[in-house]
Amino acid sequence: MRRLRAAASFAAVIAVTYLGLLAVTFFIGRVVPIDPVIAIAGDRAPEHVVQRVRAELGLDLPRYQQFWRYLQKVSAGDFGTSVLTSRPVLQDLLRAFPATLELATAGILIGAGLGVPLGVWAAVRRGGWVDQAVRVLGLAGYSVPVFWLGLMALVVFYAKLGWVAGPGRIDVTYEYTLTPVTGLLLLDTAWAGEWEAFRNALSHLALPAALLGAFSMAYISRMTRSFMLAELAQEYVVAARAKGLSEARIVWRHALRNAMVPLVTVIALSYAGLLEGSVLTETVFAWPGLGQYITNSLQNADMNAVLGGTLVVGTVFVGLNLLSDGLYRWLDPRTRAR
Amino acid sequence: MSFPPLPPLNRRAAAAAALLTLLAAAGAPPLQAATPKDTLVVAAAFDDIITLDPAEAFEISAGEVMGNAYDRLLRFDVSDPSKLVGDLAKSWSVSADGKTFSFELKPGLKFASGNALTAEDVVWSLQRAVLLDKTPAFILTQFGFAKDNVRERIKQTGALTLTLTTDKVFAPSFVLNCLTANVAAVVDKKLVLSKEANGDMGYGWLKTAYAGSGPLKIREWRANEVVAMERNDNYWGPKPALARVLYRHLKEPATQRLLLEKGDVDIARNLGPQDLQALSVHKEVKTTATAKGTLYYFSLNQKNATLAKPEVREAFKWLVDYQAIGDTIMKNIGVVHQNFLPAGMLGASSAKPYKLDVDKAKALLAKAGFPNGFKVTMDTRSVQPITAIAEAMQQSLKRGGIELELIPGDGKQTLTKYRARQHDIYIGTWGADYWDPHTNADTFARNPDNGDDAKSKPLAWRNAWAIPELTRQSDAAVLERDANKRKAMYDEIQAEFRRSSPFVMLFQQIEVAAFRNNVEGLQLGPTSDSTYLFKVTKR
Repeated sequence: MRRLRAAASFAAVIAVTYLGLLAVTFFIGRVVPIDPVIAIAGDRAPEHVVQRVRAELGLDLPRYQQFWRYLQKVSAGDFGTSVLTSRPVLQDLLRAFPATLELATAGILIGAGLGVPLGVWAAVRRGGWVDQAVRVLGLAGYSVPVFWLGLMALVVFYAKLGWVAGPGRIDVTYEYTLTPVTGLLLLDTAWAGEWEAFRNALSHLALPAALLGAFSMAYISRMTRSFMLAELAQEYVVAARAKGLSEARIVWRHALRNAMVPLVTVIALSYAGLLEGSVLTETVFAWPGLGQYITNSLQNADMNAVLGGTLVVGTVFVGLNLLSDGLYRWLDPRTRAR
Repeated sequence: MSFPPLPPLNRRAAAAAALLTLLAAAGAPPLQAATPKDTLVVAAAFDDIITLDPAEAFEISAGEVMGNAYDRLLRFDVSDPSKLVGDLAKSWSVSADGKTFSFELKPGLKFASGNALTAEDVVWSLQRAVLLDKTPAFILTQFGFAKDNVRERIKQTGALTLTLTTDKVFAPSFVLNCLTANVAAVVDKKLVLSKEANGDMGYGWLKTAYAGSGPLKIREWRANEVVAMERNDNYWGPKPALARVLYRHLKEPATQRLLLEKGDVDIARNLGPQDLQALSVHKEVKTTATAKGTLYYFSLNQKNATLAKPEVREAFKWLVDYQAIGDTIMKNIGVVHQNFLPAGMLGASSAKPYKLDVDKAKALLAKAGFPNGFKVTMDTRSVQPITAIAEAMQQSLKRGGIELELIPGDGKQTLTKYRARQHDIYIGTWGADYWDPHTNADTFARNPDNGDDAKSKPLAWRNAWAIPELTRQSDAAVLERDANKRKAMYDEIQAEFRRSSPFVMLFQQIEVAAFRNNVEGLQLGPTSDSTYLFKVTKR
């Protein structure tokens, strides 16, 4: 019974979250000073065509009625059609999201995989050269425009050195030899046993992923450092030292394990941020992901697409929050329900 | 203060580094930076495409795809746009009364699907465009075709013959020029009708599909990713040497340049002046340029009492440093042009009376009652070269005492305001819709109703410029059957326009494409739908 009530209240929270998200996006979208008709009819359309398109979009109805119509459709699983791509929004999202997912996942693996150890190292050797280097790296990662860094990386590693492939997800040669299953090219190519295509996709992914990785690494290492410093100042660390535990054991097993609790949230939020799609990285690397899709839709007031994209981003945040809550419970016994 | 000893991280770090190196190595095969011989890869920004139906497509990038994938009755000669050549039509003629146009098709034509292409398809395609009545339909409906009469006025008269009957006697060149537009492209009636849903004449399906007979057929359009075209083996004319043409969406000019330098694309379409400058020394890259039908201008809203004074309008024309902007910002991508008909079009004028003359402008402003100038805003799209031109204008206007405040915005945002006549000054571009002087006369020099709820809202309307006399002249010019007289009429209209209009015409756009030196036969057309990639070959 209690469990049922918990589940119901959880479902209610989710529903209210989505409703709020949609309502806010919808009404902001409707007050944006962009006429959505221009995207469909173009700048040259005769006046009667403009009026007809306006009516077709339901823009002549009061706002609350427009919203109500949209909600009815969404609850029936119909996200509408994008006016920019002429395709169902759901189909568009199913294509854009895997591209972003692949890039973001690679990015966060690099970011967390390097950021956490570096942060620990910096905390342990506070004031040492590693600490200073991590600080400078972190600052640089945060202040250098990603757009510029992306282009420079392309100039060096793609154009000059030829270590990696250029913008895009895969070479045109493989463009039509592959049947997409998951939309994640690394998985699809590996699944099909197309190792040459796999290598090519990996080579395309390497640079943007490294770039996103560097950015999240900058943030994660700074946060790790401060969490670790807090933990290392705790009494249990002194006790552990007095007990004669090895320094490595104290740092990695005791302090880090405790620092992991807040760190999980930081990493999950960084991941969520990457999953929104980073417009600039996607633009420089011609990566057909969610960021470009939502931005382009927004600039053209293509509201069905914007709302659909918002729902995906919302789902990512809800999902990752749930996941980090779950990890909390696993990491911190005190939060486990008795 | 003492620090605990360093934990044994070195070993792990070394392992991580080794793993990364391995990954990098796996991802770095000796990259073959060349596109396949039979495939042309074009880097372009084509996020403007919203449909592939020729009855609806009116965007620049879509226009180019249509030009390569769909045939129409006539095309104009790309090297001399004033000359028409038969495409599907073998011959054509105009009746003595000037209202009936007859066409005979070439024999044995086929669609890419294998279906035969007959007069039935041509008639149905033209009727379909009129009946669907999407944005470009006005190019056909201006000849009097409407929902209730199009079945009589566009008629099949034999297996390979058809006639079009207009409601008035138009200049024949005007009617024929309009038939070269994409909206007059011929679609495969049988195929399209087989995909019809709820009597939509296949509109829902054709938005993302293909049913044409052109030299290249469209295999796929993935918005913001790729447009893939393939050789159409059923094409009536010489078949393209290329097996495939792929457009890759690359929004960022610098990225396009990198890919071109590296050889991962064969042609780059959206390079900026700096990129072109840098590429001019590259041994394996060449460039080609063509003057387009697109004009840069800014315009003064006549609803603003200050801007409505004739002396103020003229003063603005003397307060732009055309030469300096042309030599810097617009270098290689535009030439000074002060008329509404672009060079290359019937009736185009090359008169350039205006230059930067601060004293003259100041005298005019003083005469208008503004000896100390005034403040005014301009809606400016945040994109180059528009922003740079606007900033240059800011400087020169200031010398005349006019303080120009720029309101930056996204393209659709500034356009929304412009279309609602809520701007003071708007800076933008205008491209010809079809290759006939009426396209621009219709919008710059024609405003049949200046009321807020007018039925047609041309650029003259957007700037609230009431011009009954010019409207009458433009209407007369389109009916003039003698080409030389017609030309003289446009000359006269443009002279008045230069003198008194609230439009300050600035530049005619030059489109530049850079390509690898193994690409041959690339010629950019004067309109968006006349860049024929099917004529390109690769060595």
